[in-house]
Amino acid sequence: MKIVQSVRAGFQPALAVTGAIAALALLVATPAQSQSPKLSDQAIRIGFITDMSSVYSDLDGQAGATAIQMAIDDFAAKNPGIKVELMSADHQNKADVASSKAREWFDQKGMDMLIGGTNSGANLAMKAVAADKKKPFFSIGAGTARLTNEECTPYTVHYAYDTVALANVTGGAVVRAGGKSWFFLTADYAFGQSLEKDTAAVVTANGGKVLGEVRHPLNASDFSSYMLQAQSSGAQILGLANAGGDTINSVKAANEFGVTPGMKLVGLLMFITDIHSLGLQLTQGMYMTDGWTWNQTPESSAWAKRFFAKVKRMPTMVQAGDYSATLQYLEAVKAAGTDDGDAVMAQLKKTRINDMFTKDGYIRADGLMVHDMRLVQVKSPAESKEPWDYVKLVEVVPGEKAYGSLAESKCPLLKK
Amino acid sequence: MTTVFGHSLTELLGQLLLGLVNGSFYALLSLGLAVIFGLLNVINFAHGALYMLGAMLAWIGGEYFGLGYWPMLVIAPLVVGAFGIVFERLLLRRLYGLDHLYGLLLTFGLTLLIEGVFRSFFGVSGQPYAVPAGLGGAFRLGFMVLPIYRVWVVAISLTVCLATWFVIERTSLGALLRAGTENAPLTKAFGVNVPLLITLTYGFGVALAALAGVLAAPILQVQPLMGTNLIIVVFAVVVIGGLGSIAGSIVTGIALGVIEGLTKVFYSVGSSTVIFVVMALVLLVRPSGLFGREH
Repeated sequence: MKIVQSVRAGFQPALAVTGAIAALALLVATPAQSQSPKLSDQAIRIGFITDMSSVYSDLDGQAGATAIQMAIDDFAAKNPGIKVELMSADHQNKADVASSKAREWFDQKGMDMLIGGTNSGANLAMKAVAADKKKPFFSIGAGTARLTNEECTPYTVHYAYDTVALANVTGGAVVRAGGKSWFFLTADYAFGQSLEKDTAAVVTANGGKVLGEVRHPLNASDFSSYMLQAQSSGAQILGLANAGGDTINSVKAANEFGVTPGMKLVGLLMFITDIHSLGLQLTQGMYMTDGWTWNQTPESSAWAKRFFAKVKRMPTMVQAGDYSATLQYLEAVKAAGTDDGDAVMAQLKKTRINDMFTKDGYIRADGLMVHDMRLVQVKSPAESKEPWDYVKLVEVVPGEKAYGSLAESKCPLLKK
Repeated sequence: MTTVFGHSLTELLGQLLLGLVNGSFYALLSLGLAVIFGLLNVINFAHGALYMLGAMLAWIGGEYFGLGYWPMLVIAPLVVGAFGIVFERLLLRRLYGLDHLYGLLLTFGLTLLIEGVFRSFFGVSGQPYAVPAGLGGAFRLGFMVLPIYRVWVVAISLTVCLATWFVIERTSLGALLRAGTENAPLTKAFGVNVPLLITLTYGFGVALAALAGVLAAPILQVQPLMGTNLIIVVFAVVVIGGLGSIAGSIVTGIALGVIEGLTKVFYSVGSSTVIFVVMALVLLVRPSGLFGREH
């Protein structure tokens, strides 16, 4: 599972020859398969491409690959005859790196399924490659709802959360609790813009209003100027439509500039790693949406502790999603008896998902994995009972309510 | 109320003040770079990583040794300065006779190494670091809330910048340093230990970076990549000011902080690029920078 540099153009003729030989070899050597699934090349090959070195690498990254490997090991323990391999790579938050690596693995390494980690831009690029190759693509860490709306494909599964769910769950709850006037601080790229747009729609639909917004460049580091702008807006709620380090620096600046007593901070996308980094003192009382919390059930807690033993950090919903998606995919291959993309997708879409990640989740026609979302609130230091015990459940929002109905999906596949 | 392009004057006054705060911070960082370039002719790309090292050391001191902000404000620059001296003695000095690019590559490699090691130990989410007890709270100025800690950052940055400028431009030690760079063999002939001066200068330059790191710890996310974006901006500041010009780096640091701050109000999404636009314009008109000497 090491990163292999992509082969450059000069090698193309040599590749064609090797390809032809390989094809011949396949024709000659008819595999004597004893196991039930008919696999394209005796093994199921899973690829995982995510940010492994930069801003989002703690919430997914190398530990995400560990989670996937845990799923592979758990599956292999029950199905010793089926060989599963994992390849992983760092896309460095560059969409072109992500898509060229995906293309290389599909074309040359016999990849059967691709898991897209963090970064919406990179995921939008990878889903196009997977659809082109007719292979399943699981997007776990990306937020943008475009993956299952305007840009849906028959092969995409959007697994852990999306911007619509974040907007509906957190936005809806805050407005209903009396937070009627909003000011947005938005990261200026695909994800932040989606999140701001979706949340603003929820706010106005619930009778609130948006007083203004300011867009900041990704990795802006100093947020003091934006805090002044937010304060002068006079809004009750400061909605943070950003993620990772930007959210962390926003929260720090908001506390420093005395934004917080007057305005309430709402982190529209926060992960447990962000809370860990900021500490409960600064974050207590904040609302957030979680697709999964490590101590939500005894089953998830048991898995989280196994994960913790390996990486010394509690898993985020993205890492738990990595595990769950891999396991569901492998079970679907086994049930379908083949690793053919279309057959596996058909199998996945008719199966209910029941594991430590969710109960009764299902994959809709537009590729969205609909499952219950959790509105949680960050605990005060006194309420936290053990390390990493950071959030308390406010309410479980049923999947259909959080993600919206299939009728609202803008996926072109649905209009046949 | 008087308004400028739809923004009230009091609002702009607040943003100007914030620009000054950030500018003094840029000045402190670019000063270290300018001192090193001015006296060693080395483009110290590791400056961002050493700034991060200062912030991480502040956190490590508190986490593992029970040392608070104040002791670490002194200890972190000393440790990083000592590290810089060892690095200069062992590696950097071998490149003085060569093209600038070699120094740039070596310090870039050092950056990757330091950041990689810290990333694999501590991850990228960052560590919590509180504002020191005595400097919490804020001044309520009517038109804005000004955190006391930011005032402290401006005060210490400007003091250190002016003291450095004074030592280099106005004292006999500074005169020796400048003579050593102008003509090392001749200065040596007068019995001055030039290599030692150069080593200490590098140590001092990187200690300034670490000091900036400790100052930043309570206000920014303390994590291994915190210097990566900053170093590019600071380089732009040094280039605009004129490579190697001490006064130039201080003045442009502050001025660019203000320009960036105002951009955040009028056209926020351009705030990360405005400094580079200024750089391009300055280089078109004055290729050696605003305060640089023509060669």
